[in-house]
Amino acid sequence: MASFKPTKIQIYPQLGAKVTQDTLYWKNYKAPVQVKEFGAITNIDFSPLAPHNYAVTASTRIHIYGPFSQEPVKTFTRFKDTAYSGRFRSDGQLLVAGCEDSVVRLFDVSGKVALRMFKGHTKAVHVADFTSDCYHILTCSDDYTCCLWDIPNSTELTKYKEHSDYIRCGATSKLNKDLFVTGSYDHTLKMFDARVQKSVMTMDHNHPVESVLFYPSEGLLVSAGGRYVKVWDLLKRGQPLVSLKNHHKTVTCLCLSGNGQRLLSASLDRHVKVYNTTNYKVVHSFDYTASILSLALAPEDESVVVGMTNGILSIKHRKTSEEKQGPTGQPRRQPVFRVFVKGRNCVPKQDDFLVSKSAKSHLAKYDKQLKRFNVSKALDTALEKNRKPEITVAVIKELDRRGTLKNALAGRDEQNLSQLVNFLIGNVVDPRFAPVLVTATEMILDIYKAVVGQSSVVDRQLVRLQELVEREIDYQQDLLEVLGMLDTLFASTLPRKEEVCREHAPVSYEISYFRGYP
Amino acid sequence: MVEHTGIRVVHRGGSKINFREPVITSDSRFLLCGSGESVKVYSTSTEECVHDLQGHTDLVTGVVLNPSNHLQAYSCSADGTVRLWDFTDGILIKTFIIRYHIFSIHVSEKHVGVLFVVVPMANEKGSELFQLVAVHLPRSGDPEVEVGELSAVLCDVSPNPGAVSFGTGGEYIAAAKGLQLEVFFFKKQKSYRFSLKSGMNKGINNSFTCISCHPKEDCIATGHADGKIRLWRNFNQKKEYTYSTLHWHHNAVNTLRFTPEGTNLLSGGIESVLVQWRYTQENQKDFLPRLGAAITHIAVSPDGSLFCTSHADNKITIILSSVKVSAIIQGLVKDDCVRTDLMIDPRSKALVLNGKPGHLQFYSLHRDKQLYNLDIVQQEYIHEQGVDQFQVVKAAFDTHGDWLATVEERRQKSSELEINLKLWSYDEQTQSFVLNTTVTAPHEDQITAMCFSPSPETTLLVTTSLDGHFKAWLLADHSDTEESASWSCDFVGGYHLLKPGCCCFSADGSLLAFGFQEVVTVWSPTSWELLTTLSQPPGAVRDLCFGRLSCSKYLLGTSTKNQLCCWNLLTCSLEWNTPMDVSLLQADPFSENMAAFCSQSGSTDLFVFKPSEPRPLFSKKALCTGKVERAIFAPRDQMLESSEEYSQWLNRSQLYFLTQHMDLMTFSTKTEEDRLLASSKQLMVDDSVAITPFYLLLGRHKQQQQEKQELLTNPLAERTPLPQGSIAIKELLDTPAHVLPSASFLCSMFVRSLLVSSSSASCQDAMLTWGMLLPG
Repeated sequence: MASFKPTKIQIYPQLGAKVTQDTLYWKNYKAPVQVKEFGAITNIDFSPLAPHNYAVTASTRIHIYGPFSQEPVKTFTRFKDTAYSGRFRSDGQLLVAGCEDSVVRLFDVSGKVALRMFKGHTKAVHVADFTSDCYHILTCSDDYTCCLWDIPNSTELTKYKEHSDYIRCGATSKLNKDLFVTGSYDHTLKMFDARVQKSVMTMDHNHPVESVLFYPSEGLLVSAGGRYVKVWDLLKRGQPLVSLKNHHKTVTCLCLSGNGQRLLSASLDRHVKVYNTTNYKVVHSFDYTASILSLALAPEDESVVVGMTNGILSIKHRKTSEEKQGPTGQPRRQPVFRVFVKGRNCVPKQDDFLVSKSAKSHLAKYDKQLKRFNVSKALDTALEKNRKPEITVAVIKELDRRGTLKNALAGRDEQNLSQLVNFLIGNVVDPRFAPVLVTATEMILDIYKAVVGQSSVVDRQLVRLQELVEREIDYQQDLLEVLGMLDTLFASTLPRKEEVCREHAPVSYEISYFRGYP
Repeated sequence: MVEHTGIRVVHRGGSKINFREPVITSDSRFLLCGSGESVKVYSTSTEECVHDLQGHTDLVTGVVLNPSNHLQAYSCSADGTVRLWDFTDGILIKTFIIRYHIFSIHVSEKHVGVLFVVVPMANEKGSELFQLVAVHLPRSGDPEVEVGELSAVLCDVSPNPGAVSFGTGGEYIAAAKGLQLEVFFFKKQKSYRFSLKSGMNKGINNSFTCISCHPKEDCIATGHADGKIRLWRNFNQKKEYTYSTLHWHHNAVNTLRFTPEGTNLLSGGIESVLVQWRYTQENQKDFLPRLGAAITHIAVSPDGSLFCTSHADNKITIILSSVKVSAIIQGLVKDDCVRTDLMIDPRSKALVLNGKPGHLQFYSLHRDKQLYNLDIVQQEYIHEQGVDQFQVVKAAFDTHGDWLATVEERRQKSSELEINLKLWSYDEQTQSFVLNTTVTAPHEDQITAMCFSPSPETTLLVTTSLDGHFKAWLLADHSDTEESASWSCDFVGGYHLLKPGCCCFSADGSLLAFGFQEVVTVWSPTSWELLTTLSQPPGAVRDLCFGRLSCSKYLLGTSTKNQLCCWNLLTCSLEWNTPMDVSLLQADPFSENMAAFCSQSGSTDLFVFKPSEPRPLFSKKALCTGKVERAIFAPRDQMLESSEEYSQWLNRSQLYFLTQHMDLMTFSTKTEEDRLLASSKQLMVDDSVAITPFYLLLGRHKQQQQEKQELLTNPLAERTPLPQGSIAIKELLDTPAHVLPSASFLCSMFVRSLLVSSSSASCQDAMLTWGMLLPG
């Protein structure tokens, strides 16, 4: 004698992104803290020293925030015009910043007044950075030049005039004090060697370059410009390795995660994308409310700081292990231990005759009714509130399979019927449930068409249902039109030879996507 | 072509065991049931087949216990004989030749030496009228006796054995047919007829279906097609009979049975619920639900401790009187048609085909026993007529038996077709298949063919469907997510919107051929490139098969327009073709041979050939009537070493096929039959002990021990020659009685001398004493 097989609740595949280790990792941040700055935030830089303060350059100020404070711990306001590129030295003691007024200022992090002022550029300086030996400063300016300065003497060492447009980004090598890379609006990236005092490598990005970034190994270089993020192999004389096009607006900022395994890119399209650096696939993406200009990750990815055009600084901190569990609230009252133990710890004696008790299988309420062939009651229990629609649909499907759906639907009073129609209104156009529920809807209309007009509640619901179905039909028609357009596009783009083989593969995928099938 | 007589077509298992009511022996240890042309004796406790009583030459139509000897049983058959068996030893005692097609047999304790059998009225095959005749068994010592005396008891009875029953220990016999109940009293030699009003005009079919008489009281229970049970009383007169009605079944009552004491009435029908009614308190019922399939017969052991029910799915369930299932004897389930192909499970080497609705059955060909059922649909089966159920229509194993793919479909009258593709992985721990992936609606129309790639690197499944596409499914490993590996669609292809009908992988998995109606397309499964198309004279492609081993460059195809074509894939040209109406083409996985079943004028011919030469190795004309749609090469557990050319193809594998009448047939060669005969003789030596696995284990051990002992004693036997012993006995016997010592004195010595002595010394001692004792 086989036991009753419970109704199979179909598990529908979840559309969209799968839950991967990356999603889990990058979702594990608290709700963002937002700080309003005075203007667009052009640069964020973390201090390499322990508390990891970060400098936020916005408008004419540079604010330094502590890791958990929402108020700036320090402010540098001695700028005549918009400040740019406030960056810490590798010992965290000094901070350098460019300015719209072409003067580069060097600050002591603890002081207020600029220690040194480097004057020599004729236009705004957008990039200022320390070289790895900590004694020189690299600056890049809108006057198409970039300069190396000596910090102690505050003198200009070399001026490079190789670019033919604004230079808006640059990066110094962390391993070699003489190497640095600049990216310019003339679409090129140039690598300079201070020892030969000229560029040693030129790479063509094809778009105005907005950001450059060295890999920790410095064998690879990443550049962002236009909608593209490109990776260059420096060891192969600047051969392009990969070109990523995952944003639909200009990419403004690049950043590497703490362990160097993930690359982050921020764009004016309000997204931050996380790439796997082994296969350059997007593994995660963040959404923000405004176009992003700057992005920085705290060491060990402890926080993600993003600056936007509207002057809002958004800070996300990583959840600690206690917070991961989420709010538990009132713990559920468990039955007393005694209840569980009752009669279980009895050990049979030697002469006892053991009668084995078969494990009782627990059936869901609707299954109990189905087992007794109480079809109407089974449907009622399945329609109860707070049930997942999957369960209700599975029960309706089961009744249909048994050929007793009509009996289950018939003979309902106003309240029961309105509950049923309510469920249909909610779910009939769901592509997962439509095949089952359309049959049920037709049956209901057939059964109750004689009594239409007797109850205002049901009539109102039926009108709603009708509107819903009409809207859905229009929608489907639109989709089919789109599908037709796509078909012609595919037909014209596919090469002639492959037509035989591939035929409908991409199109049928589209169809199934629209219908919500796997 | 020469017909070869050395190879015979034989039945090999899989026959029905639910055709007629089974019988439980009086000690409740054995259960007898007719199974095809033999009677099988099963043990009720172990479910094992103990004896196979062979002798009948046609279908066995009934088995009853001999009322005068509880260790014997009668069986009747369509071959016109009744045979008496000793079922504990499996010996045929007597054969009674009646020369009529016998439909059922009935016996009663009151009528010793008389059998009641149902035979056709006129001795014609097509006769629709049947009569119940009494057969007086002649007392004769011959093993084969012709029975002359037949006296008609009742005319116009139903051939259904359940519609005839003896009442109150054989005082009367009741038979029902149509709307009429007839009761014949033996003492009065008078019969009464009672008839029901037809309910046909009310839309009710209230005709009789079965009957059972109370063993102690005058009460007859009858079952009806509308699900009612009527209890008739006071029927020993024409007028004042009464009946009461019980109604629980919603479909026809298939069978009814009173328990031996008459306290309970058991009934069963299509609902597959065994209902136990209390006699005289009919509102109290016990139910045993979900027995798996419609109940066709109920039998009760003479002591009432066991019930057994036969089911429509070729199953016998043994139930304790406390209404608990104790054992299940399951035969090969053969539905009205086999939807899946016949397959061999690569692990268990069992035959796999669809069994119970929504199940796949694994059936051991060697042991003629169902191993287990795999529930594919996993839904509660509703035992009701007219409900569309999910059916398993396709199944496929991969080469190692790690994966199983199944397709189930349900076609409703009104709405669309529902198809599910399920993929099962083999779980080593539970030794069974576990559901891995379910794909709802994998195609928009019926799936026509499905096969796994044989290449060891990829796990790839290809399905073809009437919607004009084929799809490739790959096992995708989601190592970056939490989920385990599951299957997903990898490629969708088609060819000019033609409908693919069949697909086949080459032996190494490097090529994939599809039959798109008239065109054969060959693809590369690695790049999904269309490599070549092969067309042939018009006619849709029916079957495709790649050659194997030395013939792997050939592709064979059959078409509906009676063509068997063989293409050479190296030259992409037609190598040879012959006009044959091939209904099935099957490749032997262990050799390069192929079997083609051709239907010709209502019967089927078999040709076995190698693709490299268009000359059959073996051919058999008129194999069976009707078309052969399903066949399979099963591996042999023991290789045959036949050197004759015509039977070499059977050396490594055995060809099984299903005829139109759902008979599982196979080919047997002479060497094989000799081997079988030898093994049965071996078993004959001591078949008094039931052959249980335990016995086999222990018995073999014992045999080995004996052999060892023989080996040990052999040198001894040479040294102490037996003739000496026999001389001693001769002396003992020849010596006059008056000179012998007393018998009590001699006895112990004599017995000791018979024992196998551990050393020859003691033996010689005994001889010495003998010599001393004997005078002279």
